Amino acid sequence: MALKRKDILGLEEITREEIELILQTALSMKEILSRPIKKVPALRGRSIVTLFYEPSTRTRTSFEIAAKIMSADTSSIAPSTSSVVKGESLKDTILTLRAMRPDVFVIRHQASGAPHFVASLIPESVINAGDGMHEHPTQGLLDMMTILEKKGKLEGLTVAIVGDILHSRVARSNMWGLTKMGAKVRFVGPKTLIPPEADRLPVEVYTNIEEGLKDVDVINVLRIQLERMKKGLFPSLREYTHFFGITKKRLKLAKDDVIVLHPGPMNRGVEIMPDVADCEISMVTTQVTNGVAVRMALLYLLLGGTGDALAS
Amino acid sequence: MHLLLKGGRIVDPSQNLDTIGNLLIKNGKIAGIGQVESGDLKPEQVEDVTGKVVVPGLIDMHVHLREPGFEYKEDITTGSYAAAAGGFTAVACMPNTNPVADTRSVIEFILCRADEVGLVKVYPIGALTKEMKGEEMAEIGDMLEGGAVAFSDDAFPLQNSGLMRRVMDYCAMLNTPVITHCEDLSLSDEGLMNEGITSTILGLKGIPSEAEEIMVARNIMLARLTNCKLHIAHVSTRGSVELIRHAKETGINITCETCPQYFSLTEEAVRRYDTNAKINPPLRTADDVAAIKEGLADGTIDVIATDHAPHAIEEKETEFAIAPSGMVGLETAVGLVITELVKPGELSLANAFMKMTAAPAKVLGLDAGTLEIGKPANITVIDPEVEWIVDPSKFHSRSKNTPLKGKKLVGLPVLTIVDGKIIARNQEVIA
Repeated sequence: MALKRKDILGLEEITREEIELILQTALSMKEILSRPIKKVPALRGRSIVTLFYEPSTRTRTSFEIAAKIMSADTSSIAPSTSSVVKGESLKDTILTLRAMRPDVFVIRHQASGAPHFVASLIPESVINAGDGMHEHPTQGLLDMMTILEKKGKLEGLTVAIVGDILHSRVARSNMWGLTKMGAKVRFVGPKTLIPPEADRLPVEVYTNIEEGLKDVDVINVLRIQLERMKKGLFPSLREYTHFFGITKKRLKLAKDDVIVLHPGPMNRGVEIMPDVADCEISMVTTQVTNGVAVRMALLYLLLGGTGDALAS
Repeated sequence: MHLLLKGGRIVDPSQNLDTIGNLLIKNGKIAGIGQVESGDLKPEQVEDVTGKVVVPGLIDMHVHLREPGFEYKEDITTGSYAAAAGGFTAVACMPNTNPVADTRSVIEFILCRADEVGLVKVYPIGALTKEMKGEEMAEIGDMLEGGAVAFSDDAFPLQNSGLMRRVMDYCAMLNTPVITHCEDLSLSDEGLMNEGITSTILGLKGIPSEAEEIMVARNIMLARLTNCKLHIAHVSTRGSVELIRHAKETGINITCETCPQYFSLTEEAVRRYDTNAKINPPLRTADDVAAIKEGLADGTIDVIATDHAPHAIEEKETEFAIAPSGMVGLETAVGLVITELVKPGELSLANAFMKMTAAPAKVLGLDAGTLEIGKPANITVIDPEVEWIVDPSKFHSRSKNTPLKGKKLVGLPVLTIVDGKIIARNQEVIA
């Protein structure tokens, strides 16, 4: 089976079968990461541009390592040091880069929908590496891969996503991906950080942390930004931590074999206590490794590879 | 110049007239309706309009002509062409130009340019405050003498209630209407679309209905306080309709308008981040659309205007967050009114076109919007049955920003007549 789409823009539009294919392929890719020589020729001669309009370390590096392991060439564009600062529009930037004949564009942008706009302009593949408050599909996939590895399944699990749901593209991608795979999703956080009409989404909404964590299999903790406090969305980091911080004590509300995810970077002592972040049930570094595998899988599948071919 | 429109269905809401017959125009004025004959007119002075609807020339009381200052989006020439092609014989243009239409000289410039173009009637709307900054009252009286027909700060609504009260007091003294775009900017807070499930899914900051409704409520209260003629622009929510309905029931001096987009489209049009569907107020929900139709039907909403808001292609071909708000509307309005209101039976033909003729004329105090004998022959002839596909490349407007591309509509203006002269035929302008 091959991926039948040009772009990866979000998990809302991807089917369950496509997610299964991507995760299965990613598990195969992860094996390559464990080899002493981490290089395969799968994408030799292919060219990938990463265009990050927002600062990023882990996602950009993860894509670049994924591409290089498969022998693709990568070009990294930082708009802050490019013609964008001279006022060039996103459209012109993309059309200029496209003229250099890359095969895939990986785009992170502060505006929701920007990768959709780019995808509508060009025939090459576009991967959304995070757009505004909309989606972060590769993060959603790597989170699912991590859960799948640890739990052996996604179907029937309950996942609590805790924190700033309102501004979180991670929460939205997790919501679509996990529910398609048969998991239940809870949004847990203060009312001011829960998006409007969230009760109409395929999730359960909790504003009480104790109720929200009860009997869950997975806790996915989101980063709290100081900027949100300044905008009056909650009174203080201290109060947020008191009411919503993930502590060892609160972990006891969840199932005994609960695991904790965090997309990073973490604010230790704010949304997650250091002893939780560093304990054995914390999947943070596994998530980062799986991120490379997921991105390898996506690049490979988008550029014409098939899961079957890889297995053979 | 004499002209006979022969055999049409003549619908004039100002006279409760709905009859099949002829309409005679002599020397630019309406000379007869009913069994009038061609007499000594030449064949080329007779238009067979059998099967068509003859209504008073359409008046759009809310357009943006962009001149002076933003001629790359539209100018008075291209805006007049778009109006004529869309069946409008008169438009009232908003003051958000550069410089802002906040002085008599800018008002007179617009009138002068419109006169040079010589196509449709153009009625300038002056700004309420200097540069529409919401700080100091503009020279409203001077602009009124110079030809402004109403006053508004348009999309820069006055947030200061004290200043709003004073400008409404002043306009009440001058007996001129105040037109308000109702938006509490602290609540809309740079939102990009309607707030709700769709904005949540798309990750776009939302504008709650209450941002509009709070200001509708405030302005109604201030209209009660000042007895100013308040006209609320582009009503888009159920709550606004209910507030205005209640205000009218209690005798407050208030009128309002909506636009075809608010009874034709929902927030779903934004689903693919289509910047052409980014407008302000934003496209709302199906329930709001239903409420707008109810408000039109029961008379709560007096006027249908377009809020024709041209923007250049390069401004719309961009990230959703930074695209300007607005869509063009002059050339699709008639089709949307017939397709969405008349054909489904939401409004009678007469009621629908009253909201585009007599009603806006009354709000603005214009001697227009009627087919009375002796009045200037400003007339629109509509084919209510013809089906057509919206093709923005054929628009006369300099800008093509519409989310309606490819939509099938029923109903088309086939003749636009100003002062007895045919200026557009089948959406083509005869300059």
